[in-house]
Amino acid sequence: MPDSGAGRLVLLILAAVFAFLYVPIAVLVGLSFNASGLPTAWTGFSTRWYAALLQNGEILGAARNTLIVAAASTAIATLLGTALAVGVELRRRRSRGIEALIFAPMIIPDIVLAIALLSFFSLLRIPMGLHTIVMAHVVFNLAFVCAVVRARLKSFDWSIVEASSDLGASLVTTWVRVVLPVIAPAIVAGALLAFTLSVDEFIIAFFTAGAGRASITLPMQVYAMIRFGVTPEINALATLVMGASLVALALAQRLNRRTLGA
Amino acid sequence: MRDRGSAFLMAPALAWLAGLMVVPCALVLALAFFRRGLYGGIDWTFTLENLALVFDPLYGGILLNSARIAGLVALIAAVAGYAAAFAIVSRPRHWQPVLLFLAVLPFWSNYLIRTYAWIVLLNREGLIVQAARWLGRDGALPQMLYTEGAVIAGLVYAYLPFVILACYAPLSRLPRDLAEASRDLGGSGFTTFRRITLPLTLPGLAVGAVFVFVLSVGNFVTPALLGGGQFQMVGTLVYAQFLTAGDWPFGAALAMVLMAVMMLLLVAQTWVAERGTGGRRDA
Repeated sequence: MPDSGAGRLVLLILAAVFAFLYVPIAVLVGLSFNASGLPTAWTGFSTRWYAALLQNGEILGAARNTLIVAAASTAIATLLGTALAVGVELRRRRSRGIEALIFAPMIIPDIVLAIALLSFFSLLRIPMGLHTIVMAHVVFNLAFVCAVVRARLKSFDWSIVEASSDLGASLVTTWVRVVLPVIAPAIVAGALLAFTLSVDEFIIAFFTAGAGRASITLPMQVYAMIRFGVTPEINALATLVMGASLVALALAQRLNRRTLGA
Repeated sequence: MRDRGSAFLMAPALAWLAGLMVVPCALVLALAFFRRGLYGGIDWTFTLENLALVFDPLYGGILLNSARIAGLVALIAAVAGYAAAFAIVSRPRHWQPVLLFLAVLPFWSNYLIRTYAWIVLLNREGLIVQAARWLGRDGALPQMLYTEGAVIAGLVYAYLPFVILACYAPLSRLPRDLAEASRDLGGSGFTTFRRITLPLTLPGLAVGAVFVFVLSVGNFVTPALLGGGQFQMVGTLVYAQFLTAGDWPFGAALAMVLMAVMMLLLVAQTWVAERGTGGRRDA
């Protein structure tokens, strides 16, 4: 931008956009540390709402459920998604049907998958609970793991697999010592992404959790709390959840850089 | 040998997707064509009533209203997102990745929490009311939370990073000498933008806008939380049919129409994008 008028306009746009993106979050985080817990007045820095959170059995139970669902669905999705990625890349011909099937979970609206699974489970009279949330989360998680691992395999030179077996390595040895080390960072990055998606996922979990409090996840708990309005505890909980996502993102970013740089 | 190994590796995942995505979605598709049972169940007689009901004035109105709101959201997000991406590209090269990262960062935090942040801002004791009071404005401000405006703000907030990302890629790849050439030939800044920059970056903008529309039109969380109890969009309507009204066939029919609209838009967008790159260049 040569003239300063346009340059100033650019800075103005940037300031407005970043204010729009960050003010709501900053207010939320700030309020979570306000002793009074109210937006009306700042009465001093305090972590009492975080302490209150740790005493709240409902929230801790929901957090536990979320971790169980995320861990189980990530484990299954990583296994299935990695195998799928290798399988697809190993094939000599591309199949449009398979590509569409793998792509579908990423674009299908979550409300549609949610009602589809709810109808499916209830018509088959499968009792719903944490296990059905896990089954549902694996559907989209495996697609994301597959996408991440495939991106890594795109640059993989399959001739080294042939070289390995020509040199007398067994199939298992070849996979464990040649292929796996190459795709390992992508598998971890995919698993991390899957874990984050599962922890944050609300609608599908909401529909496939079944009745009762036993299988409430953290987003479901947050949703229930939000519907009753603004409380200092939600501010604190929201800040913690955002902090956790940030850490997960930073980890994935590091791994990804190493993957691409390797 | 290689293909047999491949089939063996793909089978478990494909079976999972078939059993827990394809079959349930086909089931929901089928449900739309049956009658609602007396006690919330399903009466297995074929009917087209559910699909007809989707287009009845009341529900058709909600459908149109959802489309109007999603259209507004897509328009606002497209303008703001394009401006933001343009501004980022105008900064020095080494700043661009940092700015882009910061613009997309909120996208990675929990959707419910980003929506909740707007309840904190807009409620009757919220920050905006406080700020107005502090600035000396007395008297009650109009209701902000639980309005259509709140829903639009929440949706734009949720999906703006998406448009910025979609517009940044084509804008940053645009050769700088094109704009310079246009200026050398006497084109004003605006003419250059309108005849060179915009047409060449339109496909990216279209991708962003279509995705924002698709994500907004069937949205459930934002209208439910920021629109208030009476506010209805297709997403909340589908939700109600399944979890409160117990009319699954009608909910399924609504979801089907929603899916059809989305598919149509995505196909149209792909078609336009392919035409745009391969077709005429005289725009």
